[in-house]
Amino acid sequence: MTNNFQRFPLLSYSLKGNVRWLLLGAVAVVGGTVSFLTPMVTGFLVDFVLRGDSSGLLGPLKTLADRVGRDYFLANLWVLALALLLVTGLSALFNHLRGRFTAMAAEGIALRMRSALYTHLQDLPYDYHKHTSTGDLVQRCSSDVAMLRRFIGVQMLEILRTVVIVAVALSIMAPINGALALASTVTFPVLIVCSGVFFKKVRAQFTLADEAEGRLSTMMQENYSGVRVVRAFGQQKQEIQRFRLLNSDYQAKSYRLSRLLGAFWGISDGLGYLQIFTTMMLGIYFCVKGELTVGNLMIFTSYTSMMVWPVRQLGRVLSDFGKATVSLGRLEEIMSAPVEKEPGRALTPEIRGRVEFREVCFGYDRPDDVLKGVSFTAEPGQTVAILGSTGSGKSSLVQLMQRLYRCTSGGVYIDGVNVDDIERHHLRRNIGIVLQEPFLYSRTIAENIKIVRPDASEQEMRAAAATAAVDEVIMEFKDGYDTMVGERGVTLSGGQKQRVAIARMLMQQAPIIIFDDSMSAVDTETDRAIREALRNRRSRSTTFIISHRITTLCEADFILVLENGRVADCGTHSELMSRDGLYRRIADIQTLAGDEEVSDQCRA
Amino acid sequence: MQGIEEQDFDQKLDLGTWKRLFKYAFSYRGVVLQILLTMGTVAAIDICYPLLARYAIDNFVVQRSSQGVLPFALLYLALVVLQSLGTWMFVERGGKLETLITARIRDDAFCHLQELSFSYYDKTPVGYLLARTVSDVTSISEIIAWSIVDVMWALVYAVGCFAVMFALSPKLALIVMLIVPFLAVVSVYFQRRILRCQRDVRKVNSRITGAYNESIMGAMTTKTLVREEANYGEFKVLIDEMRRTSVHSSVLSSTFMPLVMLLGSVGTAMAVVFGGGMITVGAISLGTLAAFINYTTQLFDPIQSLARIMAEFQTAQASAERVISLIDTPLEIREKPEVERVFGTNFEPKRENWPPITGEVEFKDVSFGYNQKELVLKNFNLLVKPGETIALVGETGAGKSTIVNLVCRFYEPTSGQVLIDGVDYRERSSLWLQESLGYVLQTPHLFSGTIEENIKFARPGATRQQVEEAARLVSAHDFITALKDGYDTQVGEGGALLSTGQKQLVSFARVILADPRIFVLDEATSSIDTETEKLIQRAITRILKGRTSFIVAHRLSTIRDADRILVIRDGGISESGSHSELMALRGYYYDLYTNQFRDEQQMQALKEAGE
Repeated sequence: MTNNFQRFPLLSYSLKGNVRWLLLGAVAVVGGTVSFLTPMVTGFLVDFVLRGDSSGLLGPLKTLADRVGRDYFLANLWVLALALLLVTGLSALFNHLRGRFTAMAAEGIALRMRSALYTHLQDLPYDYHKHTSTGDLVQRCSSDVAMLRRFIGVQMLEILRTVVIVAVALSIMAPINGALALASTVTFPVLIVCSGVFFKKVRAQFTLADEAEGRLSTMMQENYSGVRVVRAFGQQKQEIQRFRLLNSDYQAKSYRLSRLLGAFWGISDGLGYLQIFTTMMLGIYFCVKGELTVGNLMIFTSYTSMMVWPVRQLGRVLSDFGKATVSLGRLEEIMSAPVEKEPGRALTPEIRGRVEFREVCFGYDRPDDVLKGVSFTAEPGQTVAILGSTGSGKSSLVQLMQRLYRCTSGGVYIDGVNVDDIERHHLRRNIGIVLQEPFLYSRTIAENIKIVRPDASEQEMRAAAATAAVDEVIMEFKDGYDTMVGERGVTLSGGQKQRVAIARMLMQQAPIIIFDDSMSAVDTETDRAIREALRNRRSRSTTFIISHRITTLCEADFILVLENGRVADCGTHSELMSRDGLYRRIADIQTLAGDEEVSDQCRA
Repeated sequence: MQGIEEQDFDQKLDLGTWKRLFKYAFSYRGVVLQILLTMGTVAAIDICYPLLARYAIDNFVVQRSSQGVLPFALLYLALVVLQSLGTWMFVERGGKLETLITARIRDDAFCHLQELSFSYYDKTPVGYLLARTVSDVTSISEIIAWSIVDVMWALVYAVGCFAVMFALSPKLALIVMLIVPFLAVVSVYFQRRILRCQRDVRKVNSRITGAYNESIMGAMTTKTLVREEANYGEFKVLIDEMRRTSVHSSVLSSTFMPLVMLLGSVGTAMAVVFGGGMITVGAISLGTLAAFINYTTQLFDPIQSLARIMAEFQTAQASAERVISLIDTPLEIREKPEVERVFGTNFEPKRENWPPITGEVEFKDVSFGYNQKELVLKNFNLLVKPGETIALVGETGAGKSTIVNLVCRFYEPTSGQVLIDGVDYRERSSLWLQESLGYVLQTPHLFSGTIEENIKFARPGATRQQVEEAARLVSAHDFITALKDGYDTQVGEGGALLSTGQKQLVSFARVILADPRIFVLDEATSSIDTETEKLIQRAITRILKGRTSFIVAHRLSTIRDADRILVIRDGGISESGSHSELMALRGYYYDLYTNQFRDEQQMQALKEAGE
């Protein structure tokens, strides 16, 4: 068992603290067998009280009958009614508890599973997310968890309940009449196998129907989103034909599913009632022969119908077992992916902002590395601009500072400490970055900007937004800063998103800030306004700016020109303008094309 | 689909809505009738079992006689067989009815959507439409079909039970029936709460899915902002709520069922007390008492069934209204009856009456607004000769797309006329125009299926040879044949398996094969690699040849080569002429062109440095 737990860390984690609910559930299941007393009470009533026949009574009941006597019960029928109510009351209580404990177990397991998965997903390195499909992960985290929740929390207790019911029923029936007891379970093996086999088939057909529905809804979705193309080519009629084909295909497949289900319920109902019929007819036979009392016949038929329907479900539950293991395997696979670790000493030094790259190489396991020996130093408060050709490794360079990736060789040093030795959360808190395509959380703009410091004042928030030149834009929205963004809110333009992300990053008050081409969707004038506002801030952070705009680049203390993973050139605007190279080529193009700004603003 | 706020649930039942929806069911009269008959039979057999037991007890067991046991057994067996067949039949027929209704409502909704105007599509997100036509339709059909099954059974069973009990012993029947009102109240109360609770569970569940989604999509941002713990804190609130609501929902259900059974046993207890007494005085037989005990333990079934169905209808009210309102949305663009008579409809065109199109397009005093308040175009006039290429440039929102939308008759002018070959296009059917129209979107839209199927979209009857010819003409052939399955390559949902450039080329081939007289292109702004860019430019030149073309243009090459360039500003033409004429003007176009030129040069330089 221990071995298995080690093999399934997620499973053992989720079971922790919930085993007691499962055990309590099991107790309630056993307690629920009190309902087996109900037929006994009616049996006692019929045999002894009404007919004066105590021959078929079970031990304790017989003692009771002998002690109290028939006349007492006849005069006080309410005693039996009360007993009946008491027994049903108890069984109702146990049933209720079973439901409650089962729910506690199932939901407790699901809670811990979800929690573990979520934490794990967040701690996985960025590289993992880059190479895994979002839809697939989300699918696993929802439907596989649901599958396991149902199986471990609900169905395992169902199996137990079925076994207990059959065992208790047989142990009561066997002493009364062994042959009849045996006969009362004769169809069970067939019933179990039949439902197991059927549900395999049903599932296969269900998958087919599901796929057909998938095709149909994809078709519909494409039709709705491609409505212009459809109309422009006048294809409505053909589209309807295509739709009808898929629609009737789905109809046929799901109807076939109903046919299978019909066969299953019909046949298993038949088998179940056949079992009750068998018990009854044989019981009548024994009664006529005088070997069984009326009350006991009632007990036998009641017990048989109490057993039949759970047994029918058993086959189905057992066939779910395979599915549950598959689900578990898939989830354990996610959990087995290694999370981000601290490769070094996990220091949390105060960060002033000196950044040094020493012979940094980096590659995504490919022969031609993204960065091939990059070295430079930025002093605290300096602004470094980066101009790079397409695919030159600019983004990788800044991501290495935050240790989103790790250098393959060489090292990045912050205030003289290798980033590998700095605790990653501390490191990231001290480095602000704005991505080219920023991600905003689906909540209000205010919550997005204040996301790293939710307790910041309104004033601070608006100041940051003003620096990012987005305050006025936000105030123009109907709900201002309370406007929802993301999936359930308004769609911001690329430039607006970038500016909100800049404001968000400024709230971080980090000593090192990075703009990864993050003003590309902002027009030149706003771009200039933002840069000016940044310059006027009280504290100067070490700033990295990736851009193509010479007007942006030329203000930096120095400019790195990256080509094919190497620093092709480095210097101030005037230095770079004095040599032939990518920088001057770009500058020339921008000046030539009538952008007077370049010559206006970039006089060194 | 998460973006759609669902309307709230506790709405009053609106019988009118459901009456319309039930019409769908009753159009399958045969199936409905079969279901009703089956359920009647099944319920009748269910009522028979306690009677059979009664007969057995009174005649065989008490008398200790086996006389007549064989016919009894045969009858019993026959009922078992009949009931199994009944179960088989109702599950199958019920499923059939459900799937038929689903397909029918969906068909109505889909066909209606094919005719709804663009103003509807503009304000309705695709996710909303999809939710209406998929999940809402599914849940409505399910309720309609199975409510017919369940109500019939419950009614026959309940009425039959009481009738039989009454026949056996009116006095005992009346006593036992005292529990019915309590059962009904408890059932109605719980079923409503249970369904409401289940809805809450579903809501939280979809928020949890959303949270997973966000954590994965925003993984990079979360790391850079060190949001892990805060995110987890919020997620924890969600999953705690999930546990709370789920447990609550389970507890409700597991309170309801035992409670109902307990109520049932009150009935049994009364049967014991009063029935027992009646036996001793010989008023009823032992078998009758046993039958009463049996009936009282099952009485709750039909009652809670009816309560559940009522609650389900209430839950589905919002879905039902949304679907009906979609089907009832009026069409804004409607052909005049006389136009339909002569030229046919979209579904039954009368092509023999269609005059051929040469491709002259004229805007005559056209004004247009998407809403009453503001006009996007004001008294717009433009005459385009057959075969002429018009490039539309200008800022976003200036009205370029509106002009194109009007040419395609996606919208009709608020005032003024659009003339095709000198005739107001409202005097012709829209299919007449649209079958002669080719259209390529800014983000090319492909449909799931193979490349060949996509190229053949407008001409499904075309041969492989024609498809290849079209692809060759727009230089798509080479990249297609380089793919593993060539023309049979699946493009994936929305063309996701192809690159943007490849999707462009395929959509060009689609236009070539359709061979339209009028061509509309909304050019993409996104950058594409140099090689594909060249192919696309060449393809555009090929397509433009001999067709009247409107291009919302971004590429300098396309703009330069146009016969006429129109600068659109504030809903009108501010500059018009050839490239050299407009450059000489040194106006808006000049600025636009030089900026664009610079950007393209710069892109080129950055690309070259990286190669």
